[in-house]
Amino acid sequence: MKNISQRRLGALALGLMTALGSAASADVYDITVDRVQIDTGEFTRSGVGFNGASPGPVLRFKEGEDVTINVTNNLLEDTSIHWHGLILPFRQDGVPGISYDGIAPGETFTYNFPIVQSGTYWFHSHTGFQEPDGAYGAIIIEPKGREPFRYDREYVVQLTDAHPHSGGRIFRNLKMSSDYYNRKQRTLLDFLGDAQEQGVAAALADRGDWGEMRMMPTDIEDLQGFTPLINGKGPEQNWTGLFEAGERVRLRFINSSAMTYFDVRIPGLKMTVVQADGNNVQPVPVDEFRIAVAETYDVIVHPKEEKAYTIFAESMGRTAYARGTLAPDEGMRADVPEMRDAPLLTMGDMALDPAMAGMHGAMEMAGGEMDHAAMGHAAMGHDGMEHDGEMAMADGDLPPGAHRMPDGTIMGGPAEDPFYAAGSGLEPTAAEGGKFLSYSDLKAQRPLYEHRAATREIELRLTGNMERYIWSLNGVKYEDADPIRLQYGERVRFKFVNETMMTHPMHLHGMWSILDNGNGKWNPVKHVVSVSPGTIVYMETEVDAPGEWAFHCHLAYHADSGMFRKVIVEGGPDEQAALAPKSEG
Amino acid sequence: MRKTLIWVGALAPTAFAAPLASAETVVWGAQAEQFEYRLGESDELLAWDFDAFVGTDELRLVWRSEAEYGLDESAFETLENQARLQTPISDFFDAVVGLRVDTPDGPDRVYGVLGVHGLAQQWIEIDADLFIAEDPTFRFEAEYEGLITNRITLTPSIEVDVPFTDDPEIGAGAWGPTLEVGARLSYDLVDRAISPYIGVHYERVFGESAALAREDGEHVESAFVVIGARLSY
Repeated sequence: MKNISQRRLGALALGLMTALGSAASADVYDITVDRVQIDTGEFTRSGVGFNGASPGPVLRFKEGEDVTINVTNNLLEDTSIHWHGLILPFRQDGVPGISYDGIAPGETFTYNFPIVQSGTYWFHSHTGFQEPDGAYGAIIIEPKGREPFRYDREYVVQLTDAHPHSGGRIFRNLKMSSDYYNRKQRTLLDFLGDAQEQGVAAALADRGDWGEMRMMPTDIEDLQGFTPLINGKGPEQNWTGLFEAGERVRLRFINSSAMTYFDVRIPGLKMTVVQADGNNVQPVPVDEFRIAVAETYDVIVHPKEEKAYTIFAESMGRTAYARGTLAPDEGMRADVPEMRDAPLLTMGDMALDPAMAGMHGAMEMAGGEMDHAAMGHAAMGHDGMEHDGEMAMADGDLPPGAHRMPDGTIMGGPAEDPFYAAGSGLEPTAAEGGKFLSYSDLKAQRPLYEHRAATREIELRLTGNMERYIWSLNGVKYEDADPIRLQYGERVRFKFVNETMMTHPMHLHGMWSILDNGNGKWNPVKHVVSVSPGTIVYMETEVDAPGEWAFHCHLAYHADSGMFRKVIVEGGPDEQAALAPKSEG
Repeated sequence: MRKTLIWVGALAPTAFAAPLASAETVVWGAQAEQFEYRLGESDELLAWDFDAFVGTDELRLVWRSEAEYGLDESAFETLENQARLQTPISDFFDAVVGLRVDTPDGPDRVYGVLGVHGLAQQWIEIDADLFIAEDPTFRFEAEYEGLITNRITLTPSIEVDVPFTDDPEIGAGAWGPTLEVGARLSYDLVDRAISPYIGVHYERVFGESAALAREDGEHVESAFVVIGARLSY
């Protein structure tokens, strides 16, 4: 109790209660950063939390208020808090080495900033591996005006991938052996299975192709062996949210994982997506959606029956699942589905990898040019490839735009979801049929900015060396890179070219990321843009926030091994103020 | 010998000067590929082969140790320690310079090390080292981790040592290679930290080295059943 002031306790209680009526506009918050015990039901470990717990509190702000947040570091090492997705002065952004120096042991740092937005966000430490070690919490910001949808109660559903190893240990192990945690590698037994199905020659050729690149088709989750949690509770501890039949329940999904994407569904309930990354979107009813690391999605469900429903979130690599329950009464439970089979990366996912260009005659292509226009502005497979003359063109049996992959599969031209490579092994389908949310479905409810042409394009190739576990942008690690300099007032179009075989959730601090999903003025406004392997994705940013900002892959161990940049916004009306010396912290 | 040391010392700063400037996360770790008891027809041995490292992406310092301790003689038949500096020269390979000191029960030797270490196509781990001294030698090692399941691994390995000149004190005859082949079947018991294994290990000397062995009344070849554990931390 000593960690929590009375004032804070009041705000917390309100925050945790259902959103009936308006919460008090408590404008001063006290947060402590503490060593905590984390019990996942499968293992117990020591970690880092806020106000004595992991996850930390749900902070409830109100659009338009000025908040003062006193953060006291009770650890024996430096710490920090970053307010993920919040638009604020850059000295308040909480990134050590960019926004400020961090918070030393025993010190209190006072954040002070206006709340200029509404929606679902989260906060976490931006120091070392404290976030994977448990230092995260949720933020709910109530809008000034009425929301364009109705609900009777709401819950934060905060996902994470709690691991028995500390973040530092994980990083060390990955650097020592990048497949340290991959327990989904293809084995002799898999090979025998493939040989039986496809014939020995095809199975050998496929192994040969992957072996030539020294890459693994099972490399979807760098980090396995974690227990997925919902609001701090493991699958067996079964976090439960109560409802009364007929109510509309708003679920604020936040993926606070270090490394894990989840495919989320609630068997028996349609989910209507109403918000993505804190910004309202035109409602999309779906049966399942994929949530990238650090994204948020708000969905509304409308359970009409007096029965329990399982919230089921399988990791993208199908190595573990999070499970919670929505029920009329505590203790009720519904069936927990089996996890689906693990996906395998294909040569389609490797389409932009330079290693593919070096493969001897690896690829046959038919139909010549792909119809890029038909694929919107997003993912295309082949811009980065160098085709040599040996390629067998115009195979009469293949439809236009189709490819025969070295792994034997024929890909039917462009992927159904343009945010996956043609022939991708990662493209999801809804488990029980129906609609799986695509980035293409997201349309802003009310665009934040006037739609205009970008003034400049910046290409960022997402690059890495899996074997050495070095991740980078344009082949250069953070330590060796110059900052990206933007001019206040520009609208910059970022072109992400994913040359790796992993999916990267790219996160720009301080300014919105307008995802170009082909919806023009309705392009959704996000703070994380996930880029699948073998794809090119564009996002645009109105450069309206002077100062220095972080820009990185939100996979914790990718960011820390170099997939990170500093962005400097030069010029602007507030430059002098923004770049003034830091206040004493 | 002194010449070699000076030569290695002169090379090191030029090859590794640039990366040292960057301040990034230093990682460390230790891996024992072999830590085992070997039972042969006429011999019982304890043996190890481990690497411990500290460094960054650009530069790693590796302590490599290999030993064979004869239980009957209570003596080290082999005891090698190397300090190796590794830096990347391609996506999958590192260049190595270092120093190797052999201190078994018998004559000691010191070599400069110049080599490559990395991962070849089809996931074959390679070490190729030139050991530079008055009596130089060359060593090639290859190892493959064959996954039978995701926890049971069959690891075949091969090591060839070729002396370039006669060094009879240590049983080396010019161009007479020593061959070691092995296969170890391991099970990841605790994470990848402790993986007990059983296996076979076979050694044979050829050519001039074999002639020297015969003169000394030693076996030209020996086969062992091994039991041990791969360790990693």
